[in-house]
Amino acid sequence: MIVPYSHVLLLSALLFVVGMLCAVGRRNLIMILLGLEVMLNAGAIAFVGAALRWQQIEGQTVVIFVLAIAAAEVSIGLALIVWAYRRTESLDPERLQDLDTAEPL
Amino acid sequence: MFRRQTTMTIYALLFYLLAAVILVSTAIAVTRRNLVHAAIFLVASFFASALLFYLLGAPLLAMLEIIVYVGAIMVLFLFVIMMLKEKPASNRPAARGRKLWTATLGLIYLLAVILLVFATGPRGQTPLTPAVASPAAFGRYLFQGHWLGIEIASLLLLIALIGVLHLGHTAARRTAAGIEEEK
Repeated sequence: MIVPYSHVLLLSALLFVVGMLCAVGRRNLIMILLGLEVMLNAGAIAFVGAALRWQQIEGQTVVIFVLAIAAAEVSIGLALIVWAYRRTESLDPERLQDLDTAEPL
Repeated sequence: MFRRQTTMTIYALLFYLLAAVILVSTAIAVTRRNLVHAAIFLVASFFASALLFYLLGAPLLAMLEIIVYVGAIMVLFLFVIMMLKEKPASNRPAARGRKLWTATLGLIYLLAVILLVFATGPRGQTPLTPAVASPAAFGRYLFQGHWLGIEIASLLLLIALIGVLHLGHTAARRTAAGIEEEK
């Protein structure tokens, strides 16, 4: 006997809120991406808990795909951040909002 | 009977301990000014998540969490943070009104989740029974029932690789061209 599933869900929700506050509230491209990682991890925790709650291995399968998507997302995201840094000389997302200075890739 | 009682408390104690470690280290990580410190605290958080996966009966996922999240993703973050050398000015805190909106949003979401969790009644309150999905059984299930999904995921990773190569290639070419023009 571990703990009720609702406690796992609460942990996952709290972690998701922390990641969301990081992604929405920080003004740094790298911190926004870190917040996304935290949110993905929160979702994975809920899925593993659900797999144990209903004794179905399906929930763990979803987490494999979450891992693959997190890896793809972070590699593309970091490459875009490096590209944005070369263009604007900063990690500030506010400096990426002018269209008139945009150059083709 | 007494023995059963103690094992139950040990599992529950481990869960709450790991939950506290995960939440505290993530909260520290997202409030750091220094990006390297933030990444290191997130490594601690992901290690605790891996232990939590093990506790919840997913040993293969626990290992993959350490290999992929801690070993690959966070190391990639550290490489990029060290490569970019961001200036302190680019890390300024958000405006006050924006912080208020963010906090309100998070609070509403949290209230909704708490209501949802406790509105399900006693069904959600039964404790989980420990069970372990062995890596062999899990892998067999994964490749028998989800082989198409695995192929699509690997294709996605290949596309990500090509995309990253393209982005890096054009950026390097443009920088080289800029240096030529300056000369």
